[in-house]
Amino acid sequence: MKTLIMATAAAALAAGSAVADVKVGMITTLSGGGASLGIDTRDGFMLAIEAAGRDDIEVVIEDDQRKPDIAVQLADKMIQSEKVDVLTGIVWSNLAMAVVPAATAQGLFYLSTNAAPAQLAGKGCNSNYFAISYQNDNLHEGAGAYAAKEGFKNTFIMAPNYPAGHDSLNGFKRYYEGDLAGEVFTKLGQTDYAAEIAQIRASGADSVFFFLPGGMGISFLKQYADSGVDLPVVGPAFSFDQGILQAVGEAALGVKNSSTWSKDLDNAANAAFVADFQQKYDRLPSIYAAQGFDTANLLLSAMDKADVNDDAAFAEALKSADFASVRGAFSFAANNHPVQNVYVREVIKEGDIYTNKIVGTALESHANAYVDECKM
Amino acid sequence: MTRETIFNAVLLLGLIAVPTWALIMDQPFTITLATRAVILALAAAGLNIALGIGGLVSLGHAVFFGIGGYAMGILAHHAQSYTAMMQWPFVIEGTKFMPVIWLVACLVAGLIAWVIGILSLRTTGAYFIMITLAFGQMFYYFAVSWSAYGGEDGMSIYVRNDFPGLNTLAPIQFYGLCLTLLVIVLIFTARLRKSPFGLALNAARQVPARLDAVGLNPVRLKLVAFVISGVITGLAGALFADLNRFVSPTMFSWQFSGEIMVLVILGGVGRLFGPVAGAVTFVALEHFLGGLTEFWHIFLGMILLAVVLFARGGITGLVAGKEASHD
Amino acid sequence: MSTILIIEQVLNGLQSGVMLFLMAAGLTLIFGVMGLINLAHGSLYMVGAFAAAAVAGLTGSFVLALIAALAAAALAGAVIETLVIRRLYDSDHLDQVLATFALILIFSEGTRWVFGSFPLFLDIPDALSGPVTLPGGIEYPLYRLALIVAGLLVGIGLWVLIERTRVGIQIRAGENDREMIAALGVDISKLYTLVFALGAALAGLAGALVGAIQSVQVGMGEPVLILAFVVIVIGGIGSIKGAFIGALLVGLTDTLVGIFLPEVLKLFMEAAPATSTGSAIASMSIYILMSLVLIWRPSGLFGARA
Repeated sequence: MKTLIMATAAAALAAGSAVADVKVGMITTLSGGGASLGIDTRDGFMLAIEAAGRDDIEVVIEDDQRKPDIAVQLADKMIQSEKVDVLTGIVWSNLAMAVVPAATAQGLFYLSTNAAPAQLAGKGCNSNYFAISYQNDNLHEGAGAYAAKEGFKNTFIMAPNYPAGHDSLNGFKRYYEGDLAGEVFTKLGQTDYAAEIAQIRASGADSVFFFLPGGMGISFLKQYADSGVDLPVVGPAFSFDQGILQAVGEAALGVKNSSTWSKDLDNAANAAFVADFQQKYDRLPSIYAAQGFDTANLLLSAMDKADVNDDAAFAEALKSADFASVRGAFSFAANNHPVQNVYVREVIKEGDIYTNKIVGTALESHANAYVDECKM
Repeated sequence: MTRETIFNAVLLLGLIAVPTWALIMDQPFTITLATRAVILALAAAGLNIALGIGGLVSLGHAVFFGIGGYAMGILAHHAQSYTAMMQWPFVIEGTKFMPVIWLVACLVAGLIAWVIGILSLRTTGAYFIMITLAFGQMFYYFAVSWSAYGGEDGMSIYVRNDFPGLNTLAPIQFYGLCLTLLVIVLIFTARLRKSPFGLALNAARQVPARLDAVGLNPVRLKLVAFVISGVITGLAGALFADLNRFVSPTMFSWQFSGEIMVLVILGGVGRLFGPVAGAVTFVALEHFLGGLTEFWHIFLGMILLAVVLFARGGITGLVAGKEASHD
Repeated sequence: MSTILIIEQVLNGLQSGVMLFLMAAGLTLIFGVMGLINLAHGSLYMVGAFAAAAVAGLTGSFVLALIAALAAAALAGAVIETLVIRRLYDSDHLDQVLATFALILIFSEGTRWVFGSFPLFLDIPDALSGPVTLPGGIEYPLYRLALIVAGLLVGIGLWVLIERTRVGIQIRAGENDREMIAALGVDISKLYTLVFALGAALAGLAGALVGAIQSVQVGMGEPVLILAFVVIVIGGIGSIKGAFIGALLVGLTDTLVGIFLPEVLKLFMEAAPATSTGSAIASMSIYILMSLVLIWRPSGLFGARA
């Protein structure tokens, strides 16, 4: 092992003189609703960059306000005027769809810290595009696999009526084996779920799967806990993230959720990451922070191996995923999306703080459903 | 020459000079920002006809902007995927030819404006504001759930559409195209205001009773103004989609309707170059304040408040004083 | 589809309608008396929810949280009325829309500045948590029943205030003839500040009550604001009675169409597209309702003839 590290370091030294500086453009949501996700992405990413203490990388950060047209404008600015080599940071799939295809078509690298829509994993895949987070369906597939393992026979499933919501229910159904007690699409941004909870009560379901990111999930969980309906609930990590769990409170206790990362994942990189993040920012990291941190480390590892101006070599270096992920074993599938475990977490209370602990593994070394559609 | 004419001339010169300078200095992003300002100015110029001349406070103009955007998005989407838009009763193909896209955007926006106008103009005052807002919400939710065209994700167009004789991917050429359209629309607006129709419309806003007396129907006049206004904003939407090579339901959002209105009022309601002054100021504020602080919306809000409370007539009013022919 | 489910859904519709009424009552009162369109009304709702969450977090008392919500929203209302809104009474709707739009920007980002970007926690008081069994075997959350009762009580209180008290007489006079009440020696600017603060307090109360079962976050006010506008336009701007009927109509339509339309569509088409199409139409339903009402009666159900 030690010799291997030495060898890598020597190779890095040898290549050192030829390797150019890398300029990174980070576009993420720092103001308005949803800012907490972007702030965590940025803080996780910068934690790794600052820890590396290198002077051959520069990061430009801009706020997209969660508006697609602003994101496109910022991407233009970063490409045309800042002349960045790598773009990263977008939280939302609809913003990613606005920025990524144009960026990769202009020869830039895009490293996704979060959003990874199906279109970019299948037919629209690109050798310059890497999702370090997951493929969007992964957590829903994990939830479906968990429901199957638990022996749920009659699950009620719901998601907002927009593309990510449809992908979510499809992802769940891909691994779930029982019947559906009901399948409901709610309004995007809906805040009152009394009507859906009444439907759940009347449906004879034995369990509930929901995908309601952000404030929608907070509302649903609070109302569900108060409704007296006492069925097991499972969902993807988005509604159980460190940033919003405190706002859900007791209502989330005991709920199972699928995630590719958790702060109690047992590996050295993760332990160091959680401790450093807490020390620097005085709060617990979220999955967005973890993904930002991994993205930065992947980029740094590729910079040691290849010149960013040599597209093919740099893509090769990225694809080798030669970094210590806080998620443990990590590699890329043929379509540049992760192969990783999907875990099941349970919401617990540690002192005064609500957080998650891992209780099982839903899917091992899981890739995604679009690998075969991707022709690179 | 009045002070306003001089101010307008300076603005127009600036719109030519700044991008030229950016071209020489190789600052393509400045050109992109200028293009954004010009397109937003065009959208606001559309609203200015309904709002400034017709007195119609529409909080739903994002509808037309979004329709223009989706006209471009849908046509180009089918052209780039080589699928027909419609198979029956006759085949309609997509296109990447800008003039056709613009024509479709204007026609559909005009048609929808006519329908919304007929229904909304039955009401006045606050009711009119709210019913236009409601139509905006209807289109927004429709677009969000219209999965065939991307739903909430929207649609990406990989290459900008074509215009004969131009390389539209070169920022300065696309900018020139947008600026030309803006100037054409401003000339049209200027002539419209002086035309019998414009004068009658102005009267319909200020003293509707007098119009009734001479046998003109003020509601019909306002409807025509509303349709023209929708057509222009629709054209702006198609250009905006081409600038970003992307359309999404946020083009329909009520916040966007509010922003277009902000542009008009910031620049000066009813002033010919008001939308231009407003859009240029807004884009500049967004760019510079946004670079200074995450919380730049607070300062934007304060500037807007200051304009409403202390600078009636907006920037144009501030610089050029009261308009002689109006109010 | 069982009767129990239908009754439960009607209760849900009533509950959301009653909360909308708290928002809409303030909005329509402010419009009726001062002729002002207040887009920032949703921000006052947010202020109420944040104040409640902050105080509940410090003291653990829901009652204190509600008092804080009322006080904070009323105070915020009085401050913006004195500093900004007062100068807008004589302006046209356009200036009002823009100025209050600017206030939304200031309030939203200001709140984020003070409280940060993460949602806050506000919970149902223990005494009201959990479900109760209604006659007929319907299980229903006690807190939601309490919301219905609270909303109705506030409605009655408003009616008494406006119909039976001296201030109410002044308010009604203000709606009809401003010069007259000034001539009667009423301090009109004080009356306006009072009405605005009252409307703000109602919004803040709604924010705190609803915040306990929803997410307390920046921007939570805007969706409610738009619904409240739909309500007062349907009811007729300026009419409290109209706001009440309109709020119930909107609450019931929004809830019932969302549940039953997909079921109805499933009779004609496959399940998946039926669910998706049904929810698409349902999300537009209240706006369709509003346009239909306005086409039928251009000044709303109980509005003064324009």
